[in-house]
Amino acid sequence: MKKNWFYRKSSIKKLYIYSAVFLGIVIITEYFITMHPHFKIESIFSFYAIFGFLSCVVLIFIAKILGFFIKRKDDYYDM
Amino acid sequence: MICSFLHPGLLLIFSGLLIPFFSGFRRTLFICIIPLISLFIVWNLSFGSSCTVSYLGYELILINFDSLSRLFATVFCITVLVAGFFCCKQAKSTELATAFVYAGAATSVILAGDLISLFLFWELMALASTLLIWSSQNNNSYQAGMRYISIHLLGGVILMCGIVGHAHETNSIAFTQMQLNSISTWLILFGFLLNAGAPPLSAWLADAYPETSFSGMVFLSAFTTKTAVYVLMRGFPGTDLLIYIGLFMIFYGIIYALLENDMRRILAYSIINQVGFMVCGIGIGTEMALNGTAAHAFTHIVYKALLLMSAGSVLYMTGKRKCSELGGLIQSMPITAVCGIIGALSISAFPLTSGFVSKSMISQASVDEHLLWVWLLLQAASAGVFLHAGIKFPWFVFFQKDSGLRPSDPPKNMQVSMIFFAMICILIGIFPNILYSMLPYPVFYQPFTSAHIISQLQLLLFSGLAFFVMLPLMKRTLTISLDFDWFYRCLIPKLSSIIFNYLSKVDIAIKEALRNKIVFIFYRIKINYHLSLSNSILIVMILFSVLLFYYFIN
Repeated sequence: MKKNWFYRKSSIKKLYIYSAVFLGIVIITEYFITMHPHFKIESIFSFYAIFGFLSCVVLIFIAKILGFFIKRKDDYYDM
Repeated sequence: MICSFLHPGLLLIFSGLLIPFFSGFRRTLFICIIPLISLFIVWNLSFGSSCTVSYLGYELILINFDSLSRLFATVFCITVLVAGFFCCKQAKSTELATAFVYAGAATSVILAGDLISLFLFWELMALASTLLIWSSQNNNSYQAGMRYISIHLLGGVILMCGIVGHAHETNSIAFTQMQLNSISTWLILFGFLLNAGAPPLSAWLADAYPETSFSGMVFLSAFTTKTAVYVLMRGFPGTDLLIYIGLFMIFYGIIYALLENDMRRILAYSIINQVGFMVCGIGIGTEMALNGTAAHAFTHIVYKALLLMSAGSVLYMTGKRKCSELGGLIQSMPITAVCGIIGALSISAFPLTSGFVSKSMISQASVDEHLLWVWLLLQAASAGVFLHAGIKFPWFVFFQKDSGLRPSDPPKNMQVSMIFFAMICILIGIFPNILYSMLPYPVFYQPFTSAHIISQLQLLLFSGLAFFVMLPLMKRTLTISLDFDWFYRCLIPKLSSIIFNYLSKVDIAIKEALRNKIVFIFYRIKINYHLSLSNSILIVMILFSVLLFYYFIN
């Protein structure tokens, strides 16, 4: 049976390329439009991309560290 | 009473009680028509107070109507229609009946103009939602429902204490804006916040909601927390404390959702996260912020119901809830997957979806008030929402490794409901003025500027990049995360069993000692005093007076 489009090796490669191109486009577009920064920090080039990426990394690390203390087996309360 | 026929909430409650008398096609028709009639009544009500009833010497105002209550009542009626149709063929009549009573009670809270009728419907909502949690009829849901009702009754008692105090202080039961200048208003705020899922008692939501039936959670997600948002908007707009509580809820929701394995519990945590945005907006309290909060409550109810219908369909077709057991479902459930993805994009505020036009109003309000830190945290949270709900939910359910499961899309009525809500998400995303025209204050906000679209796309797409870069760290494990409910599920039962063990030992020891002592006293009396007549009379008198004393104090 033919694999679903999302699970074919060729389409996964395509998806990588499209995503990379799309990420590039949203950065480059910033050159061509006026951004109306309200706060000083917003005027850094591609501020939103950097900020979005970093805040996610920080959130995942916080979750990881917290998980170390509060994660239990899923039958914890059934025992 | 003519009023009950024209009261959209009471109509839902009473007609809900009639649902068990219908079956088959008639039941479906009934479920679809009643919310439509309610919606029709809502849109034909005139602004102002009506429908007053005398009760305990107070004048209760069952309908106090303005544009804010119209917005909430509208979205409640639409939700009960679509969620009702979603499960009209699959759910038991009792489940649908409790869902209607629950929705009716919530609508009545929205319309209530005084604190007493608000409280009565508030408690009815707690009872009906507990019955709805029990609709999956297994031991887990029974126990979760008991914990849920305990917390909500506690909240209800605190709220009632506050209302009684407030009525005593102000000689009025009118539900208007309150100041945090007395214990009673603090208690009212606490009661409201408990239903919003605010800390410290926020664990009830993620504990109880996922235990209900596949369809019950669609109803549950819409009403309790959003009525809380509504009453907070009416009672405490501009209370600074709410900004911080809201921010806490936002990040609490994200972090716990990131740790979670159960797909419906991920969505439950994301309810707290989204309500956090609204609570924060209420705390900022400007017209822009309150508009944003109202708009976000509307869009949130729709896309969250959509996400839960999508998750509910997966649960209905596969019987599985854990991300570690799911995956690859896009291959056989394309419609469910696409609808789920549209819901996920909306919750992440992706351009051209409903979340984009509502959530951005709240962050714009923080910009207008020059609250740099609040704005930064809201932006970080927007990125985090895409992380935990926007990508995590669809990725682990519909993509990732192939689980080998090949369920088909759910029955037609479920598909139609999902597609309808998915279309509303996109419609509001493209034509935001439909929503903006219903908001309480005039809207001077343009979401579609090129700067806004590009900045939002950067924020979201690079959060997505972070998700895939960090994917090895996000591996699903068969775990749960401890929350505040640990205190009343583990610590308090253990402590109380230790204390009761100890007390029963002390009790036995005291009884033993007393018995020995009494025997000893009588022995002494017998041996040493040779009970004379006068002594016996004295003892009888003493005993008699003790009895009399006992009689009088009773």
